[in-house]
Amino acid sequence: MNLTLSHLIALLPLLIVCATVIIVMLGIAWRRHHVATASLTTIGLNAALVSLLAVLTVTPIRVTPVLLIDNYAVLYMALILIAGLASTTLAHAYLEGFDDQKEEFYMLLGCSVLGGLTMVASDHLLSLFFGLELLSVPLYGMAAYAYRTRLSLESGIKYMVLSAAASAFLLFGMALLYAESGSLAFADLGARLTEGGGHASWLLMGIGMMVIAMAFKLSLVPFHLWTADVYEGAPAPVTAFLATVSKIAVFALLMRLFLSAPVTDMASLHTIVAIIAFLSMLVGNLMALRQDNIKRLMGYSSIGHLGYLLTVVVASDDLALLTTGIYLITYVATTLATFGVIALVSSPWQGSDVSSLKFYRGLFWRRPYLAAVMTVMMLSLAGIPMTAGFIGKFYVLATGVEAGLWWLVAGVIIGSAISLYYYLRVMVMLYLHPIEEQQYDASSDWGQRAGGIMVILLALAVLILGVYPQPMIVLVSGATLG
Amino acid sequence: MMLPWLLLIPFIGGLLCWQFELIRPNTAMPRWIALISMVLLLVMALVLWVSGDYSLSQVVGNTPEWQSQFQLPWISAFGITFHLALDGLSLIMVTLTGILGIMAVVCSWKEIDRRIGFFHLNLMWVIGGVVGVFLAIDLFLFFFFWEMMLVPMYFLIALWGHESEGKSPVSAAIKFFIYTQASGLLMLVSILGLVFMHYTQTGVFSFDYGILRETPITGVMSWVLMLGFFIAFAVKLPVVPLHGWLPDAHAQAPTAGSVDLAGILLKTAAYGLLRFALPLFPETSQAFAPIAMTLGLVGIFYGGVLAFAQTDIKRLIACSSISHMGFVLIGIYSGTLLALQGVILQMVAHAFSAAGLFMISGQLYERLHTRDMRQMGGLFGRLGALPGFALAFVMASLGMPGTGNFIGEFLILFGAFDVAPWVVVIASAGLVLSAIYSLILMHRVYWGPPREKSTIARLDGREYAMLLGTLVLTIALGLYPQVVLDISQGAMHEVRHWFAVSPSFAG
Repeated sequence: MNLTLSHLIALLPLLIVCATVIIVMLGIAWRRHHVATASLTTIGLNAALVSLLAVLTVTPIRVTPVLLIDNYAVLYMALILIAGLASTTLAHAYLEGFDDQKEEFYMLLGCSVLGGLTMVASDHLLSLFFGLELLSVPLYGMAAYAYRTRLSLESGIKYMVLSAAASAFLLFGMALLYAESGSLAFADLGARLTEGGGHASWLLMGIGMMVIAMAFKLSLVPFHLWTADVYEGAPAPVTAFLATVSKIAVFALLMRLFLSAPVTDMASLHTIVAIIAFLSMLVGNLMALRQDNIKRLMGYSSIGHLGYLLTVVVASDDLALLTTGIYLITYVATTLATFGVIALVSSPWQGSDVSSLKFYRGLFWRRPYLAAVMTVMMLSLAGIPMTAGFIGKFYVLATGVEAGLWWLVAGVIIGSAISLYYYLRVMVMLYLHPIEEQQYDASSDWGQRAGGIMVILLALAVLILGVYPQPMIVLVSGATLG
Repeated sequence: MMLPWLLLIPFIGGLLCWQFELIRPNTAMPRWIALISMVLLLVMALVLWVSGDYSLSQVVGNTPEWQSQFQLPWISAFGITFHLALDGLSLIMVTLTGILGIMAVVCSWKEIDRRIGFFHLNLMWVIGGVVGVFLAIDLFLFFFFWEMMLVPMYFLIALWGHESEGKSPVSAAIKFFIYTQASGLLMLVSILGLVFMHYTQTGVFSFDYGILRETPITGVMSWVLMLGFFIAFAVKLPVVPLHGWLPDAHAQAPTAGSVDLAGILLKTAAYGLLRFALPLFPETSQAFAPIAMTLGLVGIFYGGVLAFAQTDIKRLIACSSISHMGFVLIGIYSGTLLALQGVILQMVAHAFSAAGLFMISGQLYERLHTRDMRQMGGLFGRLGALPGFALAFVMASLGMPGTGNFIGEFLILFGAFDVAPWVVVIASAGLVLSAIYSLILMHRVYWGPPREKSTIARLDGREYAMLLGTLVLTIALGLYPQVVLDISQGAMHEVRHWFAVSPSFAG
């Protein structure tokens, strides 16, 4: 196929990120310099973000048989790039005190972002697998970046082993689908099912295995066992990255698969997904109740949140597409800011993260605005009005009610009620009187640092979108498939 | 254009309080800012009271009769607008909020001595949320404020609350929050169900009260949706099986928190029933009325017995609220104009008498550092004017003629008699219980032999003025209730009209 200028424009974000990674790598080989490397990465990701505006002029466009760059892809690319940028700024402050090589981190991050970008634009099993691996493999390195501490190393290895298992599932599922349909493109998968020629059970098994692999990545029950350990052990900026970029990419892909591949129309598949969703809502939130470590708590809470969001996959209609975008935007902003606060309190790196809840006791009386940010985030996660999280939850409930998924609606309500307990516990901890002198604290000029500014901007965004979500809704409703 | 200001004043005032504390900690300035905002709120409400015409418009049509409205587009995809409106019912509630807001600020003047600015931020935002609940007539907006006001209330209880029987205030606050939030989500689902139902019938998304009220719903769906609303309001009112949060939250909240909780937060539930549950689901509500009234009866007796068994003075008053709200529930579901008017009066009167009692218990706590009635006794001669006020409020609370509570209870029972004579007969017997626990309260705390001879600090000017003001309001309401009844008449007439559309109902 001939590559024209518009194809090149459509590929711009991928090309820019690719170039950034290579330049960063060469730069490190030439001379190590932390600030310069971080700045290069930031510039590259920003350029990619700006280039999305140019991409919008040519969408929707199919570039090579494996990539479909449409408005849907552009929206999630933007989200991934923003999350990548946020993680970069956090990593910069965090790695300042790191007693080992700092620069390679940005290269890994760039690679992973590239994988994410590929995934959201793929409508072909080949690019799906390629993107997923490109996203995950650098993440092993990032999770184990502070490999001299046991927890970080453990987190990296655990994530690697379980990811590899998930990839195996994915490949096997893909093979089964290919054997049955003779094609790897989403649109052809199971097309014969409607004609009545295929073996439905093989197809179901194939697509089921793929769903299992993605459930691993999204840490849905019962494939969630790795989550808390990985969240806890990975350095805070990495956890922020893991909790946002990899979830956006995988979920956006899952949604595209369910909306465009006919093989997913099977009722039994929807039942399975509904059961996974319901279990995730309950188990994730119940497990989070007893956590004293905020990163583990966030890990379990993410299970619950992905469970809520999975409602839209079961519904798979127009409103579901809108809900996906809105929920992911609100969830990503909230999660980034939460881990941002954790990273700021833990920055610069001092051997481990400040993740035990007791260190946050009385934060409000020492760093009022930082604690206010955290409060807003906890409220947003709990879905309380005036925060973006409420709009997300509202849309999930609307999708559930519209599609008549009463069990899942009940699950969302029960899950939210349970989750309040631990979100409120974190929140009130910030305001209680500190017992003793705290060893850890965000540096007093945190508000002037890039990471601090980013966190405050996110908090403002969460508040503004919570009160006036109209711009976000307009934006997301423009992000149509195909 | 006054409606958005009613809403903005508390929110802005709260932010100012907080910012002031960050700039210059430990001054009394936040108190003054809060007081000024509350006075402003009250003055604006009174201006609306005087300038508006709330007399009954005899033609009750299908369009609601709003005195003033304010509408801005908000989330157009779902037809959600920022729609505020005011009629007699909301005006009474907003005015009440203003009065109790002032009391809450004044009564915490000495009690709260740390993090003053942040305290007033929360207090103001509770008030702002409540005003929002009373003004919003877009269901989404209503839900927005309904949930929003929980957060500052949570902070008030958790951070400035007291320990009680070894339980930390945080757990009481969490309990309060989970109860109300979870039930609130049920209401959200009901709202969504209603909206989608309207959408399938007309193809238009709307959350507007006036539009959704026209949606005919029948069958199982109407029951499910109505129960979603009812449960959310029943938790807040509270109705008996769902009252678990109330004694804890009241007992452990700071005085200002209890005053707000009893005075206005509980009233949001009754308001919600009157404004939304009944008019949106008139037929189902009628079918449900016997059950609701039974629940009201259970509340009257259970609350009374529970109050009788308490040793903590604030828990006693809290449980007595359950009992009083039982009357309100019966009044609402009897649906006659007389009973509905009684409900309004009972709500206002209970707000004053409960606020008075809670302020008194707060003052006792400041002086004796206990709320355990077993450690009190014989205080009558030692405290100056305080026991006198206590006696007056207790009498009001048990419904002595001459106080607003009497008029309220009388109107409810009198109005409901036509519809449900047996319920009224049994409920009247509940009044005996209220006499018992009220007298027990007086007896244990103020009478009997004094434990010591020394006198305890008398009321100072602020406390005296505060209690006197509340007492004057209570008695004024008892002597000339027409002030309130005139304002609410139009709105109540409308509720009755909606509730009684079905001819089978002897309204």
